[in-house]
Amino acid sequence: MIQNGPYNEKVMDHFRNPRNVGVLENPDGVGTAGNPVCGDIMEISIQVEDDVIKDVRFRTFGCGAAIATSSMVTELVKNKTIDEALAVSNRAVAKALGGLPPIKMHCSVLAEEALRSAIDDFRRRQGKP
Amino acid sequence: MDTKPIYLDHAATTPVAPEVIQAMLPFLEGAYGNASSLHSFGQEAKAAVEAARTRIASFMGARPEEIVFTSGGTESDNFIIKGIALSRRDRGNHLITSSIEHHAVLETCDFLRKQGVSVTLLPVDSNGLVDPDDVRKAITDKTILISIMHGNNEIGTIEPIAEIGSIAREHGVAFHTDAVQTFGHIPIDVDELKVDFLSASAHKLHGPKGVGLAYIRKGMKITPLLHGGDQEKRRRASTLNVPGIVGFGRAVELADASMHTESSRQSALRDRLIKGLLSSIGDTRLNGHPVRRLPNNANLSFAFVEGEGLLLSLDMEGIAVSTGSACTSSSLEPSHVLKAIGVPVELAHGSLRFTLGRDTTREDIDRVLQVMPGIVHRLRAMSPLVRKGAVS
Repeated sequence: MIQNGPYNEKVMDHFRNPRNVGVLENPDGVGTAGNPVCGDIMEISIQVEDDVIKDVRFRTFGCGAAIATSSMVTELVKNKTIDEALAVSNRAVAKALGGLPPIKMHCSVLAEEALRSAIDDFRRRQGKP
Repeated sequence: MDTKPIYLDHAATTPVAPEVIQAMLPFLEGAYGNASSLHSFGQEAKAAVEAARTRIASFMGARPEEIVFTSGGTESDNFIIKGIALSRRDRGNHLITSSIEHHAVLETCDFLRKQGVSVTLLPVDSNGLVDPDDVRKAITDKTILISIMHGNNEIGTIEPIAEIGSIAREHGVAFHTDAVQTFGHIPIDVDELKVDFLSASAHKLHGPKGVGLAYIRKGMKITPLLHGGDQEKRRRASTLNVPGIVGFGRAVELADASMHTESSRQSALRDRLIKGLLSSIGDTRLNGHPVRRLPNNANLSFAFVEGEGLLLSLDMEGIAVSTGSACTSSSLEPSHVLKAIGVPVELAHGSLRFTLGRDTTREDIDRVLQVMPGIVHRLRAMSPLVRKGAVS
């Protein structure tokens, strides 16, 4: 009787049990994407050691897909180098979740943007362009 | 899920009553005649349709010949608004409606606007009420129809239809109300409401989907939407949906018998739900009129969280509700109704609509009150909009 609505089991798992929720105490970079007027806002903070993302956290205001894509992107970039993290595309996030309804693909774009924004912030703090 | 599912989305649709199914079955089985046929099969179907028509007409203080059966609320709205725009185009080309109408009205008016009809969209106050004085001021010598809904499907506000009806009569302008959410839920008398046209739909009152009605006051000329056969006194061609109409008739009979006790029972449960949610969850607001609202409607906004997340979380608990959040609409725009009553966009995204029904119990409401604080808390804990310490 009770279906998972528009989402597959993997998306629902990340919605129910999101990974890496929260804010890092002393982040090396913080980025946000979206805005509350559109109904989605994501914030990602990263801790970087020797060019590797050692820790990552997210907070998201948004629908089930927005929460699941935020959770998945943190999983995909944890313990990856900055270059590897930058190579994670929105499609890769959606694919890792086993697919998203077409109307929800913008949520995966937001996850990619929030991550890039956090990396940009990290690089700014490092004095790199 | 070991607990029983709790359905709180009766404004979307209602379960078909077992009595309605029983009434319909003979017309899906042996009594399959076409109500337009002269032989006994046809006459049997016709008699059943006319019995339903008489029953429904008397329920709303109308005459049987003033009822045209349609495929539902959307068709009735389209039929009446387009039909009047066409039949009265010699007399004018101006429509008045409100900014919180159902899309079946708003999109129809928008379609007509593109055909050169001018449309005035009246604002509403923060409770969702249309000011009858605004209606009066908007009337011009070109106005051919005023269309204001009876009860709003999202926020439950009940509009001052009789007052607007008086104004329409003073000015000789035809008046339509979309009563899809009120029909079978609160008393409706077309003379007391002073309406010339009314739309209703069976599946909102435990009837079947795919059948509704357009009330057309005697003497009102209207151009049909569907052309073809002679059905419905040439106002709507198409073979009559006999099982659907019979089911609609039975659903109205059941509503007539239970409406008064149900509206007070549901109002009490509704208020229990509203008070319980407002007191147990901070940064929460009620949307719609506190008193002039549908007996079964509670619409609230929960700050800092998004409606779809709330909806999915409730669904995981076996509780079905709906949201005005953008995330569940294909347009990604939040509800036009919440926008019209001035709910800030962020709060509109965090809105939930609970709509009760005949099957809703006090235990159901208490279960919602039991799980909601935890659900909101969990989502707020992961929301970047929550300032540190803003929410406990």
